[in-house]
Amino acid sequence: MADVIKKATRESYGEALRDLAEEYKNLVVLDADLAAATKTGIFKKAYSDRFFDCGIAEANMMGVAAGLASCGKIPFASTFAMFAAGRAYEIVRNSIGYPHLNVKIGATHAGISVGEDGATHQCNEDIALMRTIPGMTIINPCDDVEARAAVKAALDYVGPVYMRFGRLATPVINDAETYKFELGKGVVMKDGSDITIAATGLMVNEAMEAAKVLENDGISARVVNIHTIKPLDKELICKCARETGIIVTAEEHSVIGGLGSAVAETVTECCPVPVVKIGVNDEYGYSGPAVELLKKFGLSAENIINTVKKALNK
Amino acid sequence: MDAAMKKNLQKIACKVRMGVIEGTYNAKSGHPGGSLSISDLVTYLYFNKMNIDPNVPEMADRDRLVLSKGHTAPALYSVLAQKGYFSADELKTLRHIGALLQGHPCIHTPGVDMSSGSLGQGISAACGMALAGKLDGKSYKVYAILGDGEIEEGQVWEAAMFAAHYKLDNLVAIVDNNGLQIDGKITEVCSPEPITDKFAAFGWHVIIMDGHDFDDIDRAFAEAEKISGKPVAIIQKSVKGKGVSFMENQVGWHGTAPNKEQYEQAMAELSAQLKELED
Repeated sequence: MADVIKKATRESYGEALRDLAEEYKNLVVLDADLAAATKTGIFKKAYSDRFFDCGIAEANMMGVAAGLASCGKIPFASTFAMFAAGRAYEIVRNSIGYPHLNVKIGATHAGISVGEDGATHQCNEDIALMRTIPGMTIINPCDDVEARAAVKAALDYVGPVYMRFGRLATPVINDAETYKFELGKGVVMKDGSDITIAATGLMVNEAMEAAKVLENDGISARVVNIHTIKPLDKELICKCARETGIIVTAEEHSVIGGLGSAVAETVTECCPVPVVKIGVNDEYGYSGPAVELLKKFGLSAENIINTVKKALNK
Repeated sequence: MDAAMKKNLQKIACKVRMGVIEGTYNAKSGHPGGSLSISDLVTYLYFNKMNIDPNVPEMADRDRLVLSKGHTAPALYSVLAQKGYFSADELKTLRHIGALLQGHPCIHTPGVDMSSGSLGQGISAACGMALAGKLDGKSYKVYAILGDGEIEEGQVWEAAMFAAHYKLDNLVAIVDNNGLQIDGKITEVCSPEPITDKFAAFGWHVIIMDGHDFDDIDRAFAEAEKISGKPVAIIQKSVKGKGVSFMENQVGWHGTAPNKEQYEQAMAELSAQLKELED
């Protein structure tokens, strides 16, 4: 596996915006003094007349995006997840969500893999926050290929979308030539019959790695990539619950309110099976290299393997 | 402004005020005080200033208005009804279950350009609308009405910075300076003064206006038209509760609906004012 290509999805975001700008004339990009980090700087370089820096003022940026959208623009409001979902929550809720405006929120630096900046910038709560907003679509792509496709899908969809991107370069696991993104549809990455691992974002790759090891140990694990967390692919989740029983969820997010909660809420209604959640437990992160932090917080193939075995009593 | 036009606006404003009382009385809740203080302003904008068509509420090139101080929706609804966006009967079911008219403005109501009411947010949306107009080379104007208490919200100043930076001279923000907010006088709660100096320091052209004198309102907006390269803030000096004697300058009427007796007295006063104008 020496030739694994790694890329941060924030980079995919910036490049996708640039690549789609010619086709989508109404696309405009807003940022809050983080263009170099969110990678919207890539767009700015090519389309400076359609890029607007709002300064360090995320609340206003979300409101400006709402106003632009009400006049037919498709604004991509970009900043770190902490400020997009956290600081600006109420503006996203009241100025974008309630009027159901066509605003796309590009939230980068999500999760613990922010790394050295530490707890104040490691947003493990954004999915939970955004899930509570009626009509909000939430996409958490797993790699470069999916991230680019998600930006295109968000453009083609009319309504508010929250997109979650990472800072850390992660393996590109999808094939750009054959990949097709369908909003709201989970992807069965690997079939299996003993248990389902429902993963999202960078945990999809970890789940795939875990499934390979489990296969060698005689455990057939199905891996499902849930890139769209809202609306959740309930049909697929319930099908997995019926066919494999136990579901292990894996996400770089708090175990409260994220994918694990969404899956648990779903199966309790259609096919109650145990749901074991892997994520950041009810605690804050801290500084350190991203890869080491992911391991420390159990966001690894190793922890998925152990969790699956424990869940199956093996 | 010629006398006939002025008298006509005064009559309409009186009817708008009656709609505010009608709405809040029937809702048994709502915010009459600040609605009455902007009644002349919204009457002027919708009947003498804005390029709008009630038959085509979504007209692309229309002027836009964001009621950032969204709790004074009764005034907006009342003027929209006068303008013909919907029947005045709708005011009687303001805030009722299943009604068209929500407690705070909702974008899905005909004539309402933006959902608003969580204070400080409308001005940002207005900035976005103004920026879109600039990008598309359109000549429409965007008006945002803010409360003087509302400008205590930090987001207002983020927006103020943004509007000046992007030279949004198609944006006019009107601050309804009636001096009162829920907890008391604005100068005693947590003073936003000096308001004019603040907007000027943020790079806006500032105009002070008497919010209850149509000649002065006309003068202020004529001056605003001439400004280029920067956004305009009009600080309108107003009286909370204007037009209903027992509500004027009374902070208690910020968010209290009139009871039957008060409703009848208010309507009698406004009817007398209207009759005087019609004679």
